[in-house]
Amino acid sequence: MPKIVVQIDHCKGCGMCIDACPQKCIEEDSDVLNKLGYHPAKYKGEGCIGCGICFYTCPEPDAIIVYKKDEVA
Amino acid sequence: MAKDILRKPGGFMDTFVYKPGHDKKNTHYCPGCGHGILHKLIAEALEDLGVADRTIMISPVGCSVFVYYYFATGNIQVAHGRAPAVATGLKRANPDSIVISYQGDGDLAAIGGNNILQAANRGENITVFFVNNAIYGMTGGQMAPTTLVGQKTMTSPYGRSVENEGHPIKIVELLNALESPAYLERTTLEDSKNIAKTRKAVRKAIQCQIDGKGFSLVEVLAMCPSQWRVSPVESKKWITDNMVPYFTPGVKRDVIDEREGYYPERPEIGSETILELLGLRKEKLFRDRSMSDVPEKYRNPQIKVAGFGGQGVLLLGQTLAEAGMRYGWNVSWIPSYGPEMRGGTANCQVNISEGPIGSPVVDFPTILVALNKPSLDKFEESVQPGGIIFYNTSMIDRKPARTDVEVIGVPFSEIADELGNLRFANMVVVGSILAKTKLIEMDIVKDALAEVIHHKKFIEPNIVAIERGASAV
Ligand SMILES: Cc1ncc(C[n+]2csc(CCOP(=O)(O)OP(=O)(O)O)c2C)c(N)n1
Ligand code: SF4
Ligand code: SF4
Repeated sequence: MPKIVVQIDHCKGCGMCIDACPQKCIEEDSDVLNKLGYHPAKYKGEGCIGCGICFYTCPEPDAIIVYKKDEVA
Repeated sequence: MAKDILRKPGGFMDTFVYKPGHDKKNTHYCPGCGHGILHKLIAEALEDLGVADRTIMISPVGCSVFVYYYFATGNIQVAHGRAPAVATGLKRANPDSIVISYQGDGDLAAIGGNNILQAANRGENITVFFVNNAIYGMTGGQMAPTTLVGQKTMTSPYGRSVENEGHPIKIVELLNALESPAYLERTTLEDSKNIAKTRKAVRKAIQCQIDGKGFSLVEVLAMCPSQWRVSPVESKKWITDNMVPYFTPGVKRDVIDEREGYYPERPEIGSETILELLGLRKEKLFRDRSMSDVPEKYRNPQIKVAGFGGQGVLLLGQTLAEAGMRYGWNVSWIPSYGPEMRGGTANCQVNISEGPIGSPVVDFPTILVALNKPSLDKFEESVQPGGIIFYNTSMIDRKPARTDVEVIGVPFSEIADELGNLRFANMVVVGSILAKTKLIEMDIVKDALAEVIHHKKFIEPNIVAIERGASAV
């Protein structure tokens, strides 16, 4: 199954990915305050289809990694 | 070339080593900033097209002033709005490199407006990414040339009005009026579909340069949530609602396929050629010498030479500076003259110094040469106590009034006239300065003369004039 990984301390909590995800499978992690002082994005754990939309909408170079196929994860 | 994993593209540096502070993995941009999205698209394109190692990115002035923190390319940061001119030089000197000019709307459309127009009109084979966020982000949200009608900014608090500020500039349409550009497109970052179009445009614009097809520019409508005072997510809609209706996206020019690729050779200009082009000689007389054998009061002189335009004032200063260089001393020379080609007044300011020269400006000379009366009247008071005034008795009918300086009157013009040409007066002065101050030796000044006088036949008579000047004091 495809999935994403949010690198917590590279996320600025802007919410662009959450808004853009067609599957609505990303949410804000209100329990975590990262090193930059933001509530980072968090993968809900299921629903990702590996479309890569969140990756291209995210302004930070290293905040989101998208694994389109299961085996490479 | 579909990738199985999407992650930080190779066009970025692994660690942002040039970024100060401990955070070397994240950008300096605000959350949700369009610059970050575009950076990622460019970094990915550079990696996929395999050109990162021969790319030179130009950082502008604006929020993206630190583009050079991020890209694993050659980087240079340039003056506000001047990226297209610098890009021109970089590309022409290094035709094999991929030169990318990254600019904001304040940078490109305001202060740099003419720069981009001329580079586009010359059809420079460069790629420009133009970030239009309708505002000056970095300086605190002032109005830009692309600010929308009615848009409130720091400097248009009631909203931009057509009567007062005119309509926003449409850069791609403006450039599309020119024949030269190969590819002009406007895209937006408002949603994922348009980000995908921007991604394609970025690649196409870089490919256009790789293929030698000429000037390409992509205007990207980008969000600045901070200065628009909306949330990052709302800023997407702000583009859709406010920018897109006026700045219509789309390809405005694409003549890439109609053109032949142009691949100029890298210009090879060796130092010999440069010397030749500048008319400079290769063999020069140099001599290590300290100023210790120059009388103390004449050491490290600050010289002002003043007279009519046409009296050779500038050449006089140049000769002294050229000679000083031959001892390994520091020198400076600045000319100052009026708009008239003949007549008018001219002066030049020369420093010759064993130590570093702080400023080339000589407001208070230790040596003043006054070749006519207005120059003496104007500058006599400025001479430092203990300094020297050389004045041209042929044209000045009064003695300098100062008693705290050394005063040397020589009929420079009459001596020159006797030698057959009034224009030798400047070299008569050089001779008098040499003889009086012992600053420069005769063989050195002769060698310097050969540098500043391009017509060989004039060198000999000028040497005679120097010798006459030396025997006159
Ligand atoms: C010669 C000069 N004039 C003015 C400035 C001040 N200044 C800095 S950034 C800027 C405008 C930046 O706006 P833009 O190009 O739209 O970039 P943004 O910050 O929005 O990305 C100005 C006017 C300067 N740095 N240098
Ligand atoms: S992962 Fe990127 S887009 Fe998503 S909230 Fe974080 S910084 Fe914003
Ligand atoms: S002020 Fe605007 S353009 Fe500048 S970093 Fe912030 S969001 Fe980006």
